[in-house]
Amino acid sequence: MSELENRNPDPLTKNVVFLTAVDDIINATRANSVWPLTFGLACCAIEMMATGAAKYDIDRFGSGPFRGTPRQSDLMIVAGTVTHKMAPRVKRLYDQMPEPKYVIAMGGCVIRGGPYVKHGYHVVKGVDLLVPVDVYIPGCPPRPEALLEGLFKVQKLMKREKILDRTRRTTKPEVYHAVYPGLILRNAEDGIWANHWGSQGEAARGVGGGGHRWRGPVCGRQGRGVGRRGRALPR
Amino acid sequence: MVVKAEAWAAVAGLCRDDSRLGFDLLSCITGVDYPEREDGAEIEVIYNLDSIANHHELTVKVKLPRDDPRIASVEEIWRTADWHERETYDLLGVVFEGHHNLVRILCAEDWVGHPLRKDYEPPDSFHGIKNVIY
Ligand code: SF4
Repeated sequence: MSELENRNPDPLTKNVVFLTAVDDIINATRANSVWPLTFGLACCAIEMMATGAAKYDIDRFGSGPFRGTPRQSDLMIVAGTVTHKMAPRVKRLYDQMPEPKYVIAMGGCVIRGGPYVKHGYHVVKGVDLLVPVDVYIPGCPPRPEALLEGLFKVQKLMKREKILDRTRRTTKPEVYHAVYPGLILRNAEDGIWANHWGSQGEAARGVGGGGHRWRGPVCGRQGRGVGRRGRALPR
Repeated sequence: MVVKAEAWAAVAGLCRDDSRLGFDLLSCITGVDYPEREDGAEIEVIYNLDSIANHHELTVKVKLPRDDPRIASVEEIWRTADWHERETYDLLGVVFEGHHNLVRILCAEDWVGHPLRKDYEPPDSFHGIKNVIY
């Protein structure tokens, strides 16, 4: 409940009566029980599974139950290559999810075609050609920490919802500076990309080629034991 | 081993049924497009046969004319040929005569063209989804 603020100004009842906004309550519950859609399309899904497994344990952050049906989910983690054959299915799954719904684009393929950007005749060059994306996570594949960081961004977006305003994102999502370097959040309104490293934004748009060329921590594979900057990974 | 296209159905049956050959496993069917061969443009279909009983293997190549590649299906001889032949049809346009369901397997059902042909040009868009970014 730490994100809820007690708005009770009366010193006499301050510790007895808890006043808050309905928005805050609903958003706090929503953001702390994110139900992602079980949805793995290619190699990035392995990293998503690792995020759900014991070592990284996405449950710790209130996003445990991967749902088998879009009707029970509010987060779609698009993890893997979206092909033209798969595209109508992805769109349909998104349409079947109830509002409010959020989309994470995980990995180079989903951002702009990744390794298939030039010669991949069968690959959709970015899932944002199909569905609106809230958070982009570059990498090929992104490490589980990066996916967790993306989840935190989505949780922050969830806490901005207003229940009386049924249209999403009434307030512009601010451009976050990711704690985890290289994580990108696109401002949904005007499509500005922002991130921690200047050049990576270009790569994420595919100008620099496929996701496999990105140099940086999110490109690292699992299992090295030591994270970027020499921090030991959580065991 | 290179086999003539007309003879392939009989040769395939012999490969499986002769006890000295005994090729009971068809492990792969692939195709290669050769638009510039000396004796005309060709598509080669390659069959990888294995014998589990006799511990030997064989690679069979069949050369087909590129403008009308047709060959007998071996789906009735090795059931695994079903999807392999569909894949070769999808990516190279080789028609396997006698196949019970020769439709695309990897590309979308209404895809145009056969992507592994050397002169293939990918579409600029597919069902309204832009396919070219740069
Ligand atoms: S971004 Fe890389 S790891 Fe992820 S699906 Fe594409 S090729 Fe696989």
